[in-house]
Amino acid sequence: MSSYLDAADAAVEHALASGARYADARVMYRRTESMSARNGDVEALDQGESVGVGVRALVGSSWGFFATPHLDLPAARAAGRQAVEIARASAHVPGPAAMIPAEPEVGSWSSECLVDPLSVPLSDKGDLLTAATAEMRKQGADIATGLYQIWDTRKWFVSSEGHRIEQHIRECGGGISATAVGDRETQVRSYPSRRGQYGTRGWELVTEIGLAAQAARVADEAQALLRAPQCLAGETALILGGEQLALQIHESVGHAIELDRILGWEAAYAGTSWLDLAELGKLRYGSGLMNIVIDATYPGALGSFGYDDEGTKAGKHDAVRDGIWTGVLAGRESAAVAGLDYAGSVRSMDWSGLPIVRMTNVGLEPGPHTLDEIIAATDDGVFMDMNRSWSIDDKRLNFQFGCEIGYEVKNGELGRMLKNPTYTGIGPTFWQSMDMLSSEIVAWGTPNCGKGQPGQIGHTGHPAAPARFQNVRVGVRG
Amino acid sequence: MTIAEQVLQAARQAVGGSADVDVNVAHTHEALTRFANSYIHQNVASDTATVTLRIHRGGRTAVNTTTVTDDAALAALVERTAAAVRVSPKDPGWAGLSGPAALPHSPSPDLATGEAAPDDRAEEVKAYIEAVGGLTAAGFYRNRMVVTEYVNSEGQSAHGTVVEAAIDGIAKTPTSDGAARQASRLMTDLDGAALGARAAAKALASQDPIEIDPGEYEVVLEPTAASDVLWILGGFGFNGKACNEGTSFVKLGEQQFDPTVTLTDDPLSGPAAGTLFDAEGTPRPALTLVRNGVTRAVTHDRRSAREAGVPSTGHAGAESAVHGAEPVNLRLEPIPGPPPTEVEGPAADSAVLALVAAVRRGLLVTDHWYTRCLDPRRLVMTGLTRNGVWLIENGEITRPVKNLRFTQSYPEALAPGRVLGIGTHAPAFASKYGAASAMAPALHLAGWNFTGGASG
Repeated sequence: MSSYLDAADAAVEHALASGARYADARVMYRRTESMSARNGDVEALDQGESVGVGVRALVGSSWGFFATPHLDLPAARAAGRQAVEIARASAHVPGPAAMIPAEPEVGSWSSECLVDPLSVPLSDKGDLLTAATAEMRKQGADIATGLYQIWDTRKWFVSSEGHRIEQHIRECGGGISATAVGDRETQVRSYPSRRGQYGTRGWELVTEIGLAAQAARVADEAQALLRAPQCLAGETALILGGEQLALQIHESVGHAIELDRILGWEAAYAGTSWLDLAELGKLRYGSGLMNIVIDATYPGALGSFGYDDEGTKAGKHDAVRDGIWTGVLAGRESAAVAGLDYAGSVRSMDWSGLPIVRMTNVGLEPGPHTLDEIIAATDDGVFMDMNRSWSIDDKRLNFQFGCEIGYEVKNGELGRMLKNPTYTGIGPTFWQSMDMLSSEIVAWGTPNCGKGQPGQIGHTGHPAAPARFQNVRVGVRG
Repeated sequence: MTIAEQVLQAARQAVGGSADVDVNVAHTHEALTRFANSYIHQNVASDTATVTLRIHRGGRTAVNTTTVTDDAALAALVERTAAAVRVSPKDPGWAGLSGPAALPHSPSPDLATGEAAPDDRAEEVKAYIEAVGGLTAAGFYRNRMVVTEYVNSEGQSAHGTVVEAAIDGIAKTPTSDGAARQASRLMTDLDGAALGARAAAKALASQDPIEIDPGEYEVVLEPTAASDVLWILGGFGFNGKACNEGTSFVKLGEQQFDPTVTLTDDPLSGPAAGTLFDAEGTPRPALTLVRNGVTRAVTHDRRSAREAGVPSTGHAGAESAVHGAEPVNLRLEPIPGPPPTEVEGPAADSAVLALVAAVRRGLLVTDHWYTRCLDPRRLVMTGLTRNGVWLIENGEITRPVKNLRFTQSYPEALAPGRVLGIGTHAPAFASKYGAASAMAPALHLAGWNFTGGASG
């Protein structure tokens, strides 16, 4: 759309005229839709559109960023000038600022979408959620909820180096959840994930999930958990389902390899990282089964795109190979400070947010086993699935996760259902104990990753499969 | 005619006079200067306008928002919402609109605080960094102004302006961090140099910490850590929808807390910034949630209030229909006492040190970090300490310790007999996650369940 590109051009040109040595501008137009149902009724339907331009300017060695919803040319020019004024203020306390060189990309990209999710009738979507939640309620759920979310985003990016990029990214997904309320506890079962499954795909993703078909099972299991024994407390072999392992990757690998954290740029809020760049290429992160790839080109995964928000074309590279730490999530600025030669992981939540280092798709390559084989090979342990709580320290080392459901594993078979399964550990110790990994990879989507100040919510993807870990402390309770 | 009035009029014309229609327009200016490694590395500002139109007609509800405010976009907003309400699913939980009601008197906002220039923020950041001295500084200075207008087809009309400024930062040594933060309606209240000095004192006092065994320890939670306790109690416990659904620990009329605990939600709470009406136009006066340890009230929007058979308390938010209405500006009442003074060493002030003096063996905790709920029914949370923890022995702070993980029911930690002391000073803090605030005095608690150490 030429008017949007014109606005971006005007912002960049005026930033340069005002004294910037580099500037870029990103116009974003996004439509959103979400629906929530509870106990057979719709309780919220929200639709929205959001349009604006965010301008980034580098003056000397200081950055400024300004965003406005007004896209007429005078407003866009003013935004460029204001970004420069803010950059000049940053020079009160200047620091190093550089960017690795980049070829000026000119291109366009669209995510694959078979069924436009915004074109599906609201009544059909409502019927899906009300039927699934009514069925869970009928099966004994005290609280039955369902949700879908849709984001339809178009972006136009230009830079003073000659970048000129258009993108159209459609994302959607959803899920259901049943809560059973006891005297002094609640138990929850969800499908296909606590927050639902999401991807850069069309409504076909939601159709494939098949929410209604799982409703009765989910409600039954929530009730059964109230009667189940507590997860044992102690050290044991731990088998994690793929959905939980996806969050384990997100928290204890994805955030740890963000270069801005490693450099200290997030020290006061999100935190730093236990990783030291001097150890890149040498540090043992996990066992030899651990191969983690950063891949923004993964088809249909929630962290996929054509170009990041500073114009770097989507790519794929290793983060961990054969258990050795080999790569980071970087942007052009952080890479320059760190002395690295690749970027491609800078994104912002919307037009009003500053692009920052973000996970794309960070996930495991498949292992040689199946979940059935892993269980069959385990004499004594616990199987846990579906995340319920998550917490990790500011260096991304000390974690504690809670899952919705657990099972004893005895003599190669699943045994009793266990409630309140939790496990805790230290990142590299945990990953080095991984001795079996399934080949059954699913690219789980995380639509609620918080980072940055002002706070931004990011969408990330995490290919993951069930795996086994040894000598893990389980059953932590308050 | 304002944007809100224009959209209301157009929507009523589009869907007929019998429909329930309300419009909320929020203009937000937010600017944030962020520093790390002792220099300004990110410096941002944005102006946004969000128009939210809600129509309920024929038993169906649709909500639509836009950030574009020209005539064509507003007309399109009305058209989209009117179209959606015709085909959206039934909404039996609709609780109607708020009627005309007067708002509490609001003090005039300090526009200089809302519109602070980037040079103003940079100078205060510079003062913070200089006060940190040879240590490494990181954090932010933020100023924010939100101008909100609400109108509906029942005749309710409300408008208000909220401004806030906040500094939140740390000082770092190779083995420790220290934190200091403050929020206010007046930027002149903020003192970057004093906060930087306080953060540096904490960081220096927590160098080379030792690891201690997990277990239950008596604790003094500094106001910064206590603010987390308040927000968690509010979000999970005093949430009217959670109470309706039975997932909250709250039991109205029962002595659930120590008699020293009085907790209020108050939009005019000291220097904290709050709106005097909610997203449904309902006035939000001060609400006593707990008085002398007895649970008195929970927060509602119109939906959860209808389900509970009580009036709305004016706590509707953009997502309260799904997640429930939560307190916004919490205040735990401090005990009477003299104003605090600066002290040597790691304690935040003399009010904290007075509580430390009563501890035989325990821990002084600066901050909580990454607190997440294991089960809302008992409100069991796990999280970690951050930015400085010290062993207290015989009323003295004796040595720094490494961060610990805890797994603890928050209401049980504040139960009758478990609160051994409350500080005399309740500083104001801005939430990291939204436009909420907390005024929290330090807490001396009989026990806190630490379930893991730095080694796991």
